[in-house]
Amino acid sequence: MSRLRLKNRLAKDKLMLWGVCLLATLTAVPLLAILGEVLLRGYDQFSWSFFTEPTPTAYKAMKAIEAGEPIPGGIANGIIGTIIMLGMAVFVAVPVGILCGAFLAENTKSRFAQFVSYLTDLLQGTPSVIIGIITYIWVVVPMKGYSAIAGSIALCIMMLPLIIRSTEETLKILPTSLKEAGLALGGNKARVMIKVQLPAAFGGIFTGILLAISRVIGETAPLMFTALGCSFIRFAINRPISAVPLLIWEFFNDPNLQDLIWGASLFLLLFVLTLNLLSKYLAKKWNQ
Amino acid sequence: MNDKIYRVILFIAALIMPIVCGGVIYALVTDAYDAFEHFGFLNFLTSSEWSYTEGAERYGALPFITGTLMTTLLALIFCIPFSLPVALFVGEYFKGTKIASVLSTVTDLLAGIPSIIYGLWGFYTLRPIIMALNISPQGSGILTASLVLAIMIIPYAASLSAEFIKMVPNDLKEGAYSLGATRAEVISKVVFPVAGSGIFSSYILAIGRALGETMTVTMLIGNTNNIPNSITSTGNSMASIIANQFGEADDLRLSSLIAIGLILFLITAAINMVGKIMIKRARIV
Amino acid sequence: MESVTPILEFKNTCVSYTKQTMAVKYVSASIERNTITAIMGPSGCGKSTLLRAVNLMHNLYPNIHVDGEILLNGKNILAMEPIDVRRRVGMVFQRPAPFPTMSIYDNVLSGFSLNGIKLSKAEKDAIVERCLRSVALWDEVKDVLNKKGTFLSGGQQQRLCIARALAMKPDVLLMDEPTSALDPIATKHIEQLLLELQKEVTILIVTHNMGQAKRISSKSMFMYLGELVEYGDTETMFSNPNDERTKAYLTGKMG
Repeated sequence: MSRLRLKNRLAKDKLMLWGVCLLATLTAVPLLAILGEVLLRGYDQFSWSFFTEPTPTAYKAMKAIEAGEPIPGGIANGIIGTIIMLGMAVFVAVPVGILCGAFLAENTKSRFAQFVSYLTDLLQGTPSVIIGIITYIWVVVPMKGYSAIAGSIALCIMMLPLIIRSTEETLKILPTSLKEAGLALGGNKARVMIKVQLPAAFGGIFTGILLAISRVIGETAPLMFTALGCSFIRFAINRPISAVPLLIWEFFNDPNLQDLIWGASLFLLLFVLTLNLLSKYLAKKWNQ
Repeated sequence: MNDKIYRVILFIAALIMPIVCGGVIYALVTDAYDAFEHFGFLNFLTSSEWSYTEGAERYGALPFITGTLMTTLLALIFCIPFSLPVALFVGEYFKGTKIASVLSTVTDLLAGIPSIIYGLWGFYTLRPIIMALNISPQGSGILTASLVLAIMIIPYAASLSAEFIKMVPNDLKEGAYSLGATRAEVISKVVFPVAGSGIFSSYILAIGRALGETMTVTMLIGNTNNIPNSITSTGNSMASIIANQFGEADDLRLSSLIAIGLILFLITAAINMVGKIMIKRARIV
Repeated sequence: MESVTPILEFKNTCVSYTKQTMAVKYVSASIERNTITAIMGPSGCGKSTLLRAVNLMHNLYPNIHVDGEILLNGKNILAMEPIDVRRRVGMVFQRPAPFPTMSIYDNVLSGFSLNGIKLSKAEKDAIVERCLRSVALWDEVKDVLNKKGTFLSGGQQQRLCIARALAMKPDVLLMDEPTSALDPIATKHIEQLLLELQKEVTILIVTHNMGQAKRISSKSMFMYLGELVEYGDTETMFSNPNDERTKAYLTGKMG
């Protein structure tokens, strides 16, 4: 009887091992399926004009489909819009985020710092669609119109908590001896931060910034109520502007433009995943 | 630059957080006020009407609250059988090995895919499968949205749970092995009880993510403004009704949408706070 | 005629972490029933590694290899099912580690619950009382059996861990420096306990503390760089060591 029980227990043990392996491996399936589908349906749309020309009008696209030709035009308006808005967002979010992160790392015990830290969590967990609403109320309504500025403010608000957290955490794990050595040499706190701590934390902070960019670059909902979209290439920051994810949303809703979905998605996906892998690689490299 | 100026600069930078968060709450509350005043707060929460015929406008949040809760709960149920094995794979069975880091890279990448692309994949790949299986005629609905949502939250639940599973002291595991337990028995009777509160809190945070997920749900839930009567029927979540109608809404409808946004904000904030507090406690033990 | 099979016998036992380095080299020795055998040696000499081999703990780590034979009642445990062996060979670790999610009562019975063995309430009560009495913990905890074991003092926790191992009625009890994390008074209690326990179970104890070995063991092993240098009666070894290295260690010139 005890032989049988032993066999039974060992069988359960094996079953659990194989079950875990099987189910864990299955989670790779959606990744491969999504990558595969986007790649197979999108790669033949990649061409010079896809990246240099703006989106065609629905009418032009319809004509082309009727004539059996590929849809003309591309996603240049979206790429430029994304670059402009992201650039402005990074320009503000990075310095403010690093300073705020430094504040949290230096004042771990103060009540105010704990409050700020809690708010950072709060903002990080806030759904992106709500950031869109807020920016609409704050910026679009007073400016009486959608604009690149509004879009970049939404992206900036979403990036801030990510940069604050990565800066704070990287600064906190630096050995205190580093800071003390700097102070002992007669540097004041600001100089030690700029000359010693921040350079030592550069790897972690930089990785955090890359991750923050990869998180917000695919955001659609907050841009729908702020940047709105625009079908031609535009550099003005006080007018509506397009972005790659916004274009995907437009293509999804317009039957005439559906063929462009996959090229735009492939571009976005490759960009985001490359940033992700790059930041993971850099984090590993700098940690050694 | 002396220490004083330095400290002032840091303090000013830190003020950005109270300003932004205070602004978020202030803007949501003032702009949602119209809707609450017009319909009454409780009535707005419990009404299931959503009609914008001019002169007889009636807006209520119940269908969308229901839609959000249903998709989130279902996504959680679908996500557990995969995220828990991933956590065990990475945090226990193959802890520290190359194959484990490959799997955690895979889940990291899953977390990196933009939600609009999940939506596309659900729409063009999963929806036809749901239709072919005769589960629902139109293919979209609560179930379809939840399935994709489940995939999206696997990485969040799995990576945090794995962290807690890794933290179970080796002393305890060896103690259990020395008494003749198999690995499965060690996991179910020592690892899970010890890491339990941490694992639980990681699912709370995963729920926090699922609640506010917008584009995927908008593309897959079917966008009907009634209370879903089964998991295969269509509906709308709080986030998806906002995404769908915000651009075209004004006056009372806009205020009602912002009111829904406020409710969503409060629910996610509460869930996230509970999750974070639980995680802090679990880390100390 | 009485059986002469020793309860535990090492035959050319080797343990290696990598292909090049052996942590335990060709150890051969037989352990007598109902004795306390102390394993001594400077840190890194392989004494813990040898001890853990008896409980097949090395099977948990795929890169560690055990060669040779280890016979328990004449049967080679290296060819047996680990979970079977571990039930017959109990182990107590350096740091006391009662299961933090279980009560004191459940900690004593954890061997049974981990193995999925169902017991009646009366059986459980009897086992808990017997084991806690034999580690002299019963009087201290009989009123708080439903509290978590982690509230106990270090020494009490370690006795709870011994009780937990004894509950499975092992043939051999392995102890890996069981008092190194305890204060002198708790250490003394545990030592007295072990002298009592050798009536029921054969004990193999790794210790850093020569005084402890002298006080409680009847046989001693001295290991150095993975080799078993000397094995014999504790008294003889301390008074008249055979090997120069043993002598150096015992006189404090090494380790």
